[in-house]
Amino acid sequence: MQSAMTLSFSQTSSFTRPNHVLGSTASVFSTPKNLRFCGLRREAFGFSPSNQLSFRSNQIRTQSSGLQVSASASSNGNGNGAPPKSFDYDLIIIGAGVGGHGAALHAVEKGLKTAIIEGDVVGGTCVNRGCVPSKALLAVSGRMRELQNEHHMKSFGLQVSAAGYDRQGVADHANNLATKIRNNLTNSMKALGVDILTGFGSVLGPQKVKYGKDNIITAKNIIIATGSVPFVPKGIEVDGKTVITSDHALKLESVPDWIAIVGSGYIGLEFSDVYTALGSEVTFIEALDQLMPGFDPEISKLAQRVLINPRKIDYHTGVFASKITPAKDGKPVLIELTDAKTKEPKDTLEVDAALIATGRAPFTNGLGLENVNVVTQRGFIPVDERMRVIDGNGTLVPNLYCIGDANGKLMLAHAASAQGISVVEQVSGRDHVLNHLSIPAACFTHPEISMVGLTEPQAKEKGEKEGFKVSVAKTSFKANTKALAENEGEGIAKMIYRPDNGEILGVHIFGLHAADLIHEASNAIALGTRIQDIKLAVHAHPTLSEVLDELFKAAKVEGHASTGQEMQR
Amino acid sequence: MAVSSSSFLSTASLTNSKSNISFASSVSPSIRSVVFRSSIPPSSHRRVMTVRSKIREIFMPALSSTMTEGKIVSWIKTEGEKLAKGESVVVVESDKADMDVETFYDGYLAAIVVGEGETAPVGAAIGLLAETEAEIEEAKTKAASKSSSPSAAEAVVPSPPPVTSSPAPAIAQPAPVTAVADGPRKTVATPYAKKLAKQHKVDIGSIAGTGPFGRVTATDVETAAGIAPSKSSVAPPPPPPPAAAVNEKATTTNLPPLLPDSSIVPFTAMQSAVSKNMIESLSVPTFRVGYPVNTDALDALYEKVKPKGVTMTALLAKAAGMALAQHPVVNASCKDGKSFSYNSNINVAVAVAINGGLITPVLQDADKLDLYLLSQKWKELVGKARSKQLQPHEYNSGTFTLSNLGMFGVDRFDAILPPGQGAIMAVGASKPTVVADKDGFFSVKNRMVVNVTADHRIVYGADLAAFLQTFAKIIENPDSLTL
Repeated sequence: MQSAMTLSFSQTSSFTRPNHVLGSTASVFSTPKNLRFCGLRREAFGFSPSNQLSFRSNQIRTQSSGLQVSASASSNGNGNGAPPKSFDYDLIIIGAGVGGHGAALHAVEKGLKTAIIEGDVVGGTCVNRGCVPSKALLAVSGRMRELQNEHHMKSFGLQVSAAGYDRQGVADHANNLATKIRNNLTNSMKALGVDILTGFGSVLGPQKVKYGKDNIITAKNIIIATGSVPFVPKGIEVDGKTVITSDHALKLESVPDWIAIVGSGYIGLEFSDVYTALGSEVTFIEALDQLMPGFDPEISKLAQRVLINPRKIDYHTGVFASKITPAKDGKPVLIELTDAKTKEPKDTLEVDAALIATGRAPFTNGLGLENVNVVTQRGFIPVDERMRVIDGNGTLVPNLYCIGDANGKLMLAHAASAQGISVVEQVSGRDHVLNHLSIPAACFTHPEISMVGLTEPQAKEKGEKEGFKVSVAKTSFKANTKALAENEGEGIAKMIYRPDNGEILGVHIFGLHAADLIHEASNAIALGTRIQDIKLAVHAHPTLSEVLDELFKAAKVEGHASTGQEMQR
Repeated sequence: MAVSSSSFLSTASLTNSKSNISFASSVSPSIRSVVFRSSIPPSSHRRVMTVRSKIREIFMPALSSTMTEGKIVSWIKTEGEKLAKGESVVVVESDKADMDVETFYDGYLAAIVVGEGETAPVGAAIGLLAETEAEIEEAKTKAASKSSSPSAAEAVVPSPPPVTSSPAPAIAQPAPVTAVADGPRKTVATPYAKKLAKQHKVDIGSIAGTGPFGRVTATDVETAAGIAPSKSSVAPPPPPPPAAAVNEKATTTNLPPLLPDSSIVPFTAMQSAVSKNMIESLSVPTFRVGYPVNTDALDALYEKVKPKGVTMTALLAKAAGMALAQHPVVNASCKDGKSFSYNSNINVAVAVAINGGLITPVLQDADKLDLYLLSQKWKELVGKARSKQLQPHEYNSGTFTLSNLGMFGVDRFDAILPPGQGAIMAVGASKPTVVADKDGFFSVKNRMVVNVTADHRIVYGADLAAFLQTFAKIIENPDSLTL
């Protein structure tokens, strides 16, 4: 350990040629030593001047190359005497969305010299055309819904005269929020010294990236984080006015009287919440037999009773929107429905607008993947569990990673960010595999839906395969004081767990602030906390968090003491 | 006293074991219930009681006031399985929640008529219950014939005044409902228009759309349903007391939330019928006479006969019937204002609140039938009322009406005379009251106040007073009731 430190200091001056000594040294380090070394570095980081910072980054990077990627070790570190290849950056991230941003911040913390390439606007889909502006619209719709609900208001003793809204004002709120968050993101990266390079980025070859017209830079490691775009199925003509995707809808240029939403997943559901609150009538078109596929069946059934049935919404399930023609020549938007099973034409709808919310397609064209022999699968870049890109022959491409929507593992902003952090951990010498089952997801309807881990059918299937019993515990928001104080007693929380050892397999919440409540469960899953332990934790009263408290206490675990051994990483 | 005429409520078991997943809103109580109707061969006369009904039908219960149809989530029991009274048999999904439905009889689940995942209108038979194992086969045959002619049970759904069975299965116009899901059609209607049409039972195909591109809008449906969309809600004219509370609730909460610019609360079909009748009642000159009645003896009798299945409703109806027999003018009716008719039968209608509505099943020949038959008849009627299977003659043949709010603790109230009848009796709660006898001695006796509203064109004050005196005598010396 001490020798490593000494060695490092000897490197201070040779900042631009970082590898020639350590390429070999690093390979003899054992893993625990590295870990401790990282810890030490971390402590020092707080008060280290910038020149020291770059020195440390060299140290880390070198270790990682020696440890993990044999190809790079052989090509760059073949002995002390050979001239090492020099790199412009330790890490280049293509795509400055939430995933890229998360990776960049963590890379700086780890002392890596980092650049981020953005061909469009910083913030990517989430900040500019996704989660962020939609939350602004949903904040408005939630309030509208509340103000319009005379019964709800009366039960508080409140009197409100007719609630109305100004469309442009609502749209501005969404746009302003996106701008603000985008600036925050940009500033945070600038402040930390991440180079933001503007232009379309593509991979030229191993460790080589082109951006803009003909700027070529090199980096020890490359992360592709190019995200996704709305998926528009064949036969649907998007004109941006009457047939739109979420990109257009978030600008809220109009509030149609009647809008068809194709797809009843997160995006479709959230928009149905917005549009119905603003006075539209909604028709869902879902290819599967049930609305809200992908949610726990019980949750989706209950949510449907609250979010769909009482609202001005109807739906067609088991049908494809095989052809959608935008409104023109005095005709409404025409939607041809085809039976999903028989492929027979089934019905024609005439509506004022159609929102295509059929999911998202990876944005991976023109990335130069052919230069590293990578073949996309339905557009997604194949990766292993450590986000290392797999080439056409099924072998790992050295120093190339892909995170976020582009790899399609879990198309959520925070999943991309978590994957980015995981990659940075790896390239800075600490092996890390992200447990995707601990990543929570939320749908911001009113009330919200959130989930983490397995659904009940998934858990039961797994239990049958692996031979363990699966139990379910449920609690209701009706029994929660805070929820009742808010007159929002509608909702349930449901936990799927192993009664034999108290492992939490999944938690699903539908109710007030479900999206905020899920984290106690997701953290428990990530850290491997068992029910018998977490049930003893204290929750402030009266808070919504007691819904989960009740849930943990409602579980019947056979095993007693937790061992804490099976940590999930 | 407090339990009288609420006997129908006893069929609604307010269990809450599933409440953690119940999404019924707090204003519409989740009533888990199952209603079995005695199956009577079509040939048998209505009056002949089938005391031992061996194969019973299990009906789709009305789990909420807005429920028109229910989906079978799962059958907890399988065909041939033995059932004990109170056991859950089937899980039904309504518009609001999933609920367990229990059986009120021991027996065997002989046949499942409506399978899992299928939908049936409220009141339709969803399964058959056999009393003994031997009858399972018979029931199965019955079930087979039933499924081949599925409309048999619900084809005749009466809906004339005084009360319509509001969320009736609507066999007549299922078109707007099913058209939503499949089949090409010409009418274009918005989602909310379809919802309203279903709610108000308007055939959406018959509405000319005035919306953009000729589509049917919510306003079109409201117009077609006879609701003036622009008018704000006017409080309904006072309905008869038993319905007041329930109706009030229904008008304010049963409907889906409306936008601020349309604060209309349209009547349901049942409410429209009630409203119409109430307006009509204003043309009849009525007056009211109240009378206190000691009930100690009646209460004692009730305790005695209760185990035999006699309900307070039957006791009161029987007493009223016997008193009416002695005062035929109170049982008369004046329909045209020029003449009146003495009714040949004494048919006591009893107002009951069911599922947010009001209905008056009729106990025919209340003076002649004995208490036990009356009680049985009453149970049968309530069962039918709940499942909306009452035949017109079973709710519109009343010659005298009994309305009881005693179970709510109401000490006295005033009822509105239903058009076409001579009198209506409003029964308050029986409570311990300090009574001074003719010698000036005080004692505490249970006493209730009855208040009769009568048509003064045919019934005069002395007639009514004499009738009440007779009624009070019968109640105070109730032995004649059991004869």
